[in-house]
Formats: sequence, structure tokens, C-alpha cells
Amino acid sequence: MIESVVFSLLNGVLYGMLLFMLASGLTLIFGMMGVLNFAHASFYMLGAYCAYSISQVLGFWGALVIAPIIVGLLGALIERVGLRNVHKHGHVAELLFTFGLVYVIDELVILVWGQLPVDYRIPEALDFTLFSLYGSDFPAYRGFILFMAVAMFVAIYLLLVRTRVGMIIRASLSHPDMVGALGHNVPRIFTFVFAFGTGLAGLAGVMAGNYFITEPGMAFAMGPIVFVVVVLGGLGSLGGALVASLIIGLVTTFAVGMNYSIADMLASAGIAFGQDSVLGINLSRFGPMLPYLLMVLILIFRPRGLMGSRES
Amino acid sequence: MSEREAALKGAVAGLILSSASALAVMLPTAAMAQEEPIRIGYIDPLSGPFANVGDAGLKQFRYLAEKMNAEGGILGRDIEIVGFDNKSSAQESLQILREAADEGIHYVTQGNGSHVAGALVDGVEKHNRRNPDNRIVFLNYAAVDPTLTNEKCSFWHFGFDANSAMKMKAITDYMADQDQIKKVFLINQDYSHGQFISQAGKDLLGEKRLDIEIVGDVLHPVGKVKDFSPYISRIKASGADTVITGNWGNDLSLLVKAGDQAGLDVDWYTYYAGGLGTPTSLGKAAAGKVKMITEWQENLAVRYEAPELRSMLEEFEQRYSGIEFYYLRVKTEMDMLKKAMEKAGSADPQAVAFALEDMSIETPFGTATMRAADHQLMQPLFMSTFGEDYLEYDSEGTGFGWKMDAEIPADETRVETSCEMKRPTRAS
Repeated sequence: MIESVVFSLLNGVLYGMLLFMLASGLTLIFGMMGVLNFAHASFYMLGAYCAYSISQVLGFWGALVIAPIIVGLLGALIERVGLRNVHKHGHVAELLFTFGLVYVIDELVILVWGQLPVDYRIPEALDFTLFSLYGSDFPAYRGFILFMAVAMFVAIYLLLVRTRVGMIIRASLSHPDMVGALGHNVPRIFTFVFAFGTGLAGLAGVMAGNYFITEPGMAFAMGPIVFVVVVLGGLGSLGGALVASLIIGLVTTFAVGMNYSIADMLASAGIAFGQDSVLGINLSRFGPMLPYLLMVLILIFRPRGLMGSRES
Repeated sequence: MSEREAALKGAVAGLILSSASALAVMLPTAAMAQEEPIRIGYIDPLSGPFANVGDAGLKQFRYLAEKMNAEGGILGRDIEIVGFDNKSSAQESLQILREAADEGIHYVTQGNGSHVAGALVDGVEKHNRRNPDNRIVFLNYAAVDPTLTNEKCSFWHFGFDANSAMKMKAITDYMADQDQIKKVFLINQDYSHGQFISQAGKDLLGEKRLDIEIVGDVLHPVGKVKDFSPYISRIKASGADTVITGNWGNDLSLLVKAGDQAGLDVDWYTYYAGGLGTPTSLGKAAAGKVKMITEWQENLAVRYEAPELRSMLEEFEQRYSGIEFYYLRVKTEMDMLKKAMEKAGSADPQAVAFALEDMSIETPFGTATMRAADHQLMQPLFMSTFGEDYLEYDSEGTGFGWKMDAEIPADETRVETSCEMKRPTRAS
């Protein structure tokens, strides 16, 4: 029993932290710019593919540094050339723009790297067992992912709260005119934020691409769940994204481990009922639905999310 | 026709004939195949997430058609494969069926997704009832839902891959001989395919080896799980030494990779580990541990000394880098179609369908027979293991390949059918 709880905790926290790496960029862009970036998971995919190509030449560590920068620069370019012009036409136009971007990036990835998964591997330096627990191995790469995710949270938090740059960014959000009047170039700040956010998605791609599989469907698979995290945590709230990521990671992981149905529980309470109905379905099969259920519930009862400040 | 028109036509025909005979000297094959080609509609995803699989299948059909045409085609006519994109949708496929019928296509082939195959069987039945002059035969090269050759069986449908029940029988027969297997865990995708394997696996193992304990049976959502670690923890906790899974694509790769990372030491019995792109994403995580049950893998051509197949697969791979000669059954399908048409002496769908019943052909691995009772092909199956210890061909350039463990003769894959075939009255 303790064994399975410990494993579920470890697995849940790891999955949660991976989600956080993705969600942090998305919530940052939304919080700072008010842009809901549908294409966020596409930048994550680009990060993984770029890392694959770069690691062929420079190895994993080179890819870890360069790939997020490339993705960030691409993000900056897209913001500067596309999004900034679309911005004038309001939020719906922006949404549609990023929605279109999803398909453009998808097709580009297929054109460049093909339909098949690519052989992007975990670096050998990290391909060992960190420790064994109850006979199960905990790979070092998972430890590395955890470390990077925590480092990312701390770095972003310090950047926003403790530095002058962060102060200006936060000010441009709430009082763009005033910041502009003080001589700061607000549009350039927005470009920077977008580049930073997409760069973070790229970094998540570098980290997760080899842990999972780098293939053209990876953006599509990750897209919806990241939105759930951001909505649950509160749009624009970094702390909220962290809490929501962990909640979703743990909830899905623990649900998988549940090997009984509601009918079983009733039976153990002495009530024989519903073994053949929907109540007889194993709870673990409901697991994948839970994050979406949580999102629906939070939108009904607390629309601004767990820690969000915006009503939207 | 007036006399003048007839005279004119005669003159024109004479002119064409004389020039044709001159041409015929230079191009004998072109003259032979001047009749309309026999067209086969290929209905599979050519766009969307499964486009790569559909595209690889289409290339293989086209390649084999080209080979056949170079040898004179069927009854002197060329074979033409017409690709249709069904976007993995049953609805779309029925639309295509109508389109194909309008274009005068009498043969369709499909494989990816039993939901599509099921819809096509219904669609073809309905169409043939309403259009007795324009019938369609459905050659299924990969959909393995057992209902297709049982409850839903149709005279117009022919299954060329061993169905899921036969594969499960073969897997459990093989497992029954492996004494080291004590505890088995089943993990499958939560839809008809996975649910069937979970049930059949438990039933068959129970019959064959009472001492084997089923220590777990899990269904997970299709294509939605990113991190399989929690499932791996459950397998680990159950103490299983063997896992059976019907998973395909990423659901299989992610599962096996997560197991490898957690140091899970089990043998994986799979259906689809050899599928397009799967060996690449599995890599060394699968080496020595993953087995699959199939009618073919490339090293069998070496093992059974089949030079014709070897030159074929080598030529195919040279032409299309990145994909492999995945389906021997596509070749079986085309060869049988040819033999049936030659036996029937025409390409008439009904005559060919009758000719296909009980037809046998020789493959390098033994005889393949189309069982008349349910239109299910009986062919030898093979259990193979992924690893460094392969004969000659590695998979997708990974440095790992398939090595045969055992042959299951066609006879031993036999599963009884509940099909009550309704045949049309034979026009003599």
C-alpha cells in the first residue's frame, strides 16, 4: 500500500512538473499580454524537433541551450510580424491567428522531419538509475526533469518579482500607457514576453521529447491538457499554474492506481447494487476524464481559477 | 448506323489497325494491355495523424501492382491502384465507396481500423443488393476485428490478415509452452480491439495453463496517456513476468519505454511492435523483451530462403527510404486476386468472389487458404523477438531486428466461426 502511494506520488509530481514546464510559458503570455496562445504546444513540438536535429551535431547539452533560443527567436518573429498586427483587431482575431498557426507548424514539421517519429535519445550521461525503491528504478533523467522544472519556476519568479525587467513587464500589463509615457517601448516588451514564453515551451520540448516520443502528433496530444492546467490555476498566475499542474499530475496518476469501482465500494458497505451498470466500471478508467471535469467545475464555481486575478 | 458512317468507321479502323500492328512489333506488352485497367480502390487515411501508415500501405500496393503489370497484368489487363483518403473515418469511407462505384471500381481494399472495415462491410452489402449489375468486392488487408468474419461476415468481404482471435490463440499456444511464465498482466486500449484481447487472453490462458495467474487486467484510454509510469508501477507491483498488449503506435512505444526506464523486467507479447515507426521509437528499450505475432517480418525471407521476397523488399526499400515492406499479406491478396480472376476467366466481381472461396496459394512459408465458410485467410503465423540477434535485416535502421522464435502452422491458427454466409445465387 505505502509502496503504491509512494510511486503514485513520485510519478504524479513528475508528470505535474512536466505539465508545469509547458504551462508556465502559456500562462505568462496570457497573463502579460492577454493573448491565449493556441499554438503553445506547437512550440513545444518545435523545441523537441530542433533539439533532435541539433543533438545530432552538438549533442544533447548543445541542444538544451540552443533549441529553446531558436524557438524563442521564432516566437519573437511571429509576434513581431504577425501577432502585433492582428492584435489591433481584438482577441478573437488573435485566437484565430494562433489557431491557424497550430496547423501551419504541424504541416511544416511534417515537411521538414517527416511523418515518422524521430530517434531523439536521452543523453548517455543521464541514462542511468538514480536510485531504486521497492525494486523499481528511478531513472536519472527523471530527476533531471524535476530539477529543471523547479529551477525554471524559481528563475521565472525571481525574474518577474525581483528584477527591474520584471517590474516593467508587470507594469506594462496593468498600465501600458503609463509605462509608454515613461519612455519604455511597450510593444518591444510584448515581443520579449512572447519570445520568452515560447522559448520556455521549446525548453519543455527539449526535455520531454526524448522522455516521451518526438513525433508530429505530440503537440496535438499535449495541447488540451495544458489549457486545462492554465484555466485551473488561473489564467496568468504562475503560482496557480504550478499548483494546478501538480494537482492534475497527482489526480491522473492516483486514478490509474485505483483498481475498484463504485459498485465494489457499495458492495463492501453491504449494498449489492449496480455491478453491471456504469457504477461497475473500474475507477481507473475515469482517470483521464478527471482533469477536464475539474476544469468544468472550476469554471462553474470559481471562474478565475485557483489563484488567478483576472475575471475572464 | 448508315452505310456511309460504317464505311468511314471501317476506314478509320483499318488505319488504326495497320499502325497498331506496326507498333505491336515494337511494343508487344503495350498492345496486350490496351484494354481498360482493373482498378482497385485503396481506402485508408492519406491525411491526418495516421497518414504515414496509409501512405506506406498505398506505396506497397502500387509497387506490387507495378510488378504484376510488368509481367503482363491479370488477363492481359493492367492493375491500377486508386488511392482514396478516408481520414480514418467510417462516414468518409462510405462516401468514397459510392464514389468508387460511380467510377466503375469493383474492388476496394482497406485495412486501418476495424470501425472503418465494419462500416465498409455493411456498405458493400447494401450497395450490392441495390446494384446487382455493379457489385463491389471488399478485400480487407489488415482490420482484425473477429466480428468481421463472424457475426458480421459477408460474401463480399475477404480478410487477409489473421483476425484478433486467431492471433490471440497463437500467442497463448506459444505461451503455454513457455514454462517460465507464471504471472501474466494484460494492458490494453479501451475500445473494442483492446477489450477483446483482454477477454480472449484471460479465457484462453485459463483453458491452456491453469497454473498461470492473471495478476492484472487494465484498460487505458486510446492515444491519451502521455506518461505510462503509473501503469508500470501497477505491473511491477503485481509481480508479473509477462505482459500481453494489443496496443499499437505511440500507446505501445510509450508503454514499453516507460517500462524500460523503470527497470521493469518482463516479456511483452504484442500484435503491433513491428508497425510503421514503432521500432524507431522503441529502440533499445525493446531489445530482447518485445515479441510480436505476425504473418511476416523481413528476416523470415532469409530464414526460409525466399530470394524472390528478398529482392522485392530490397528494391522496395531502396525506392522508398524510411519505410519497409510491412505486409506480406498485401502480396498474398494481390496474388490471390490474380489467381481468382484467371480461374474465373473474367474480372466480374461475383465470379471472382466465388473463385476466391477455398482458394489456396503457395507462399515461401507454406500454403495460404481462403476459408469458404467465413472468408478468413488461413496462413502460417510467426512469433518473433526484437533484438540485436537478428539474421540480416534490421528494422528502420535502428540496428535491431526481428528474430523468429516459432512458426505456428496455418492449421493451428484455426478458430471456429459462427458465420452464416449468405451467398448470391450463382448465375451459370
